[in-house]
Amino acid sequence: MRTRFRSALMVGAAAVLGLALTACGGSDSGSGQSTQAQAPARTLTVSAAASLTSVYQQLGTEFQNANPGTTVTFNFGGSDSLAQQVVQGAPADVLATASSKTMNTAVQAGKIQGEPVVYATNTLQIAVAPNNPKGITDLASLNRPGIVSVVCAPAVPCGAAAEAAEKAAGVTLTPASEEQDVKGVLNRVQTGNADAGLVYVTDVRSTQGKVQGLDFPQASAQGAVQSYPIGVVNGSQNADLAQSWISFVRGPQGTAALQQAGFVTK
Amino acid sequence: MTSVPRLLWAPAALAWLLVAIPVAGLVVRVDWPNFLGLVTTPSALAALRLSLETGLATMVLCLVLGGPLAVVLARSSLPGLPFVRSVVLLPLVLPPVVGGLTLLFLFGRTGPLGSFLDREFGITIPFSTTAVVLAQTFVAMPFLVVSLEGALRTAGERYEAVAATLGASPATTLWRVTVPVVLPGLMSGSVLAFARALGEFGATITFAGSLEGTTRTLPLFIYLESESDLDGAVAMSLVLVVVAILVIVVSRTRDLR
Repeated sequence: MRTRFRSALMVGAAAVLGLALTACGGSDSGSGQSTQAQAPARTLTVSAAASLTSVYQQLGTEFQNANPGTTVTFNFGGSDSLAQQVVQGAPADVLATASSKTMNTAVQAGKIQGEPVVYATNTLQIAVAPNNPKGITDLASLNRPGIVSVVCAPAVPCGAAAEAAEKAAGVTLTPASEEQDVKGVLNRVQTGNADAGLVYVTDVRSTQGKVQGLDFPQASAQGAVQSYPIGVVNGSQNADLAQSWISFVRGPQGTAALQQAGFVTK
Repeated sequence: MTSVPRLLWAPAALAWLLVAIPVAGLVVRVDWPNFLGLVTTPSALAALRLSLETGLATMVLCLVLGGPLAVVLARSSLPGLPFVRSVVLLPLVLPPVVGGLTLLFLFGRTGPLGSFLDREFGITIPFSTTAVVLAQTFVAMPFLVVSLEGALRTAGERYEAVAATLGASPATTLWRVTVPVVLPGLMSGSVLAFARALGEFGATITFAGSLEGTTRTLPLFIYLESESDLDGAVAMSLVLVVVAILVIVVSRTRDLR
């Protein structure tokens, strides 16, 4: 009986722990209020694709320094979920997705002011272990016997890009796994469980040498290049601030940070 | 029947609603006119089939390995049993992703066991259906062990002692006395393990990957669908809810008997 009670406790504790962990997810909004008196405290909420995380966090700090009294909070996530959230009326001022398709979801729902701008692109690379021990050269070589390759599932943007590149190369890959997102692919290569994977230049760059990136010609094929559109969300209380964020991202500081991370800026 | 203090009614109702309302919301959100089409796409059927197969395999593995473990925990007097028990219960509190990572570090191609298997036998575990079953067993095992150990302790050792005095060997006692006595606990434990395996996500996607027909079980399929076709994801979620409810009903009726 005692054991049964204890096991019930354990199950209960597990449930509570799960809830607590989930609750932690979005708790950083509203923190970091400015103490400066001259400028009214304002908070800009930016919903941005997960692949922008490090660049945007850096730019967020710089933007706050340049605009005293302003706090930038980020909601990073998958582009599709972010667009869905905006369509459902989530309180965001700026939407920055990692594909035109997801941005169009928000545009068609009338949730974006004017035309979104594409300010950066990202191209695919073949990620391999440092020094390329398996001698991978191009897309076709991923199908060699004994090579374990991993890509994104076609349903997600990086998978659609991979599919477009495959089509351009006339190759049909036989991956060991179709991951949910590009970081999943990167992890497989980084832990040595896959020999090669299709990821973006920015992902390779983010590993700081733990993974090597190989360029291949079909990476620039139609549909394989990832566009990064950005737009002001309709109904934003901070539309002017949202607009200056967009200008900032497209300005010299934003361009430098994006290029540093491996993006091609426009 | 003792009366329930009035104070408990409100939180009790809230607790129930917290679970019931989201599930009801799912039913409302389902695209009913296209429901049948959504749940019978080849990809959806492949996922359902893989989930049922790996769930059954997991249940068998839990019975074969977890059953004996529960007997040892309930009946033996080895020193350090509390420690053994805590380790077995660990997957209950651990996030499944952590479980998946630990499995990956052990069985992965560069892991100690994984590299050995690869070198000596040419076996690679990640990205295989075996990996799915391993991940599911990791998270589902405690459910069987806990239920069965509880049943064994509640049943007590009287019948077994009598059987022994009548000359039955320990093995005979186990099969002819212990197992029949704890059969309801064994059944509900197995069903719970199966149910947990069916819902397994984190450990599977981390360790086994996601490929249709090989490693993409129903929860992985739903997560992937939610990125592109929300209606398909919702429809399959409902299928999973129905299966889960069936499983709970089956295990509860066994308990009541």
